Amino acid sequence: MGLAKKGAEKMLLSMEFDIKAGDFVLAGEASSKIKDTLKKLGVKPEILKKVAIVSYEAEMNIVIHSVGGVLKAIISKDKIEIIAEDRGPGIENIELAMMEGYSTAPEEIRNLGFGAGMGLPNMKKYSDYFEIESQKGSGTRVYMVVLNK
Amino acid sequence: MEVFKVMKLSKIKDLLRCKVFFEPQEFSEEEFSNACGSDLMSDVLTFVKEKVILLTGLVNPQVIRTAEMMDIKAVIIVRGKQPSEEMLKLAKEKCIALYSTDYPMFQACGILYENGLGKEGC
Repeated sequence: MGLAKKGAEKMLLSMEFDIKAGDFVLAGEASSKIKDTLKKLGVKPEILKKVAIVSYEAEMNIVIHSVGGVLKAIISKDKIEIIAEDRGPGIENIELAMMEGYSTAPEEIRNLGFGAGMGLPNMKKYSDYFEIESQKGSGTRVYMVVLNK
Repeated sequence: MEVFKVMKLSKIKDLLRCKVFFEPQEFSEEEFSNACGSDLMSDVLTFVKEKVILLTGLVNPQVIRTAEMMDIKAVIIVRGKQPSEEMLKLAKEKCIALYSTDYPMFQACGILYENGLGKEGC
């Protein structure tokens, strides 16, 4: 409790967006808003880009693969946390999903320039901390931290 | 051969005989030092360079979203394709210049590279 409170004091801003499954016109708007907010807060361009990459890939994953979910950004002075939570259907084999080039996305998603199996690997590569939890039949939660240094 | 550190947009447009779909005001003076040619947006997201122009064969709004994420200010559609209505609308909204060229991807990239864009010093 004490720790949580201490953490909360350092937090500058928290944002949360509902992400609709299958809405490819709106997909990316939440990440765009997160990026704009960080820009206004004076976050350095290289940090901004890392956050933009991981949040956009996470947002696209919710749109492509899930039945819907939320994208959250918790902005503190020393770090930016991006949390993507969806309501299912969950990932059967996380190890496989983390491999570059592995994808379960259908052809129409590939036609949009996604679904090449680079989403999760990109998220891991461009975040300073990456954690994924998922179970087939329930949802997936991706927690990422980009340090603001 | 002359190697450009930057290339003006007006020159890029001339070289590729670009058709303009949307161009913000006074944008022709904009300068670019690199180009990224890709139909895979996840790959574009890993192209972390500055002053980049994007060449792609895709004509959907996600191209503009990706450009926005990466601070890419101009997109050229290859092979003379028309942008989708949604793509053009989003480009205007996000103030990202949008052009098309009749050249296919390989040739369009080749012409820019041959003329010094993205070579050493960039």
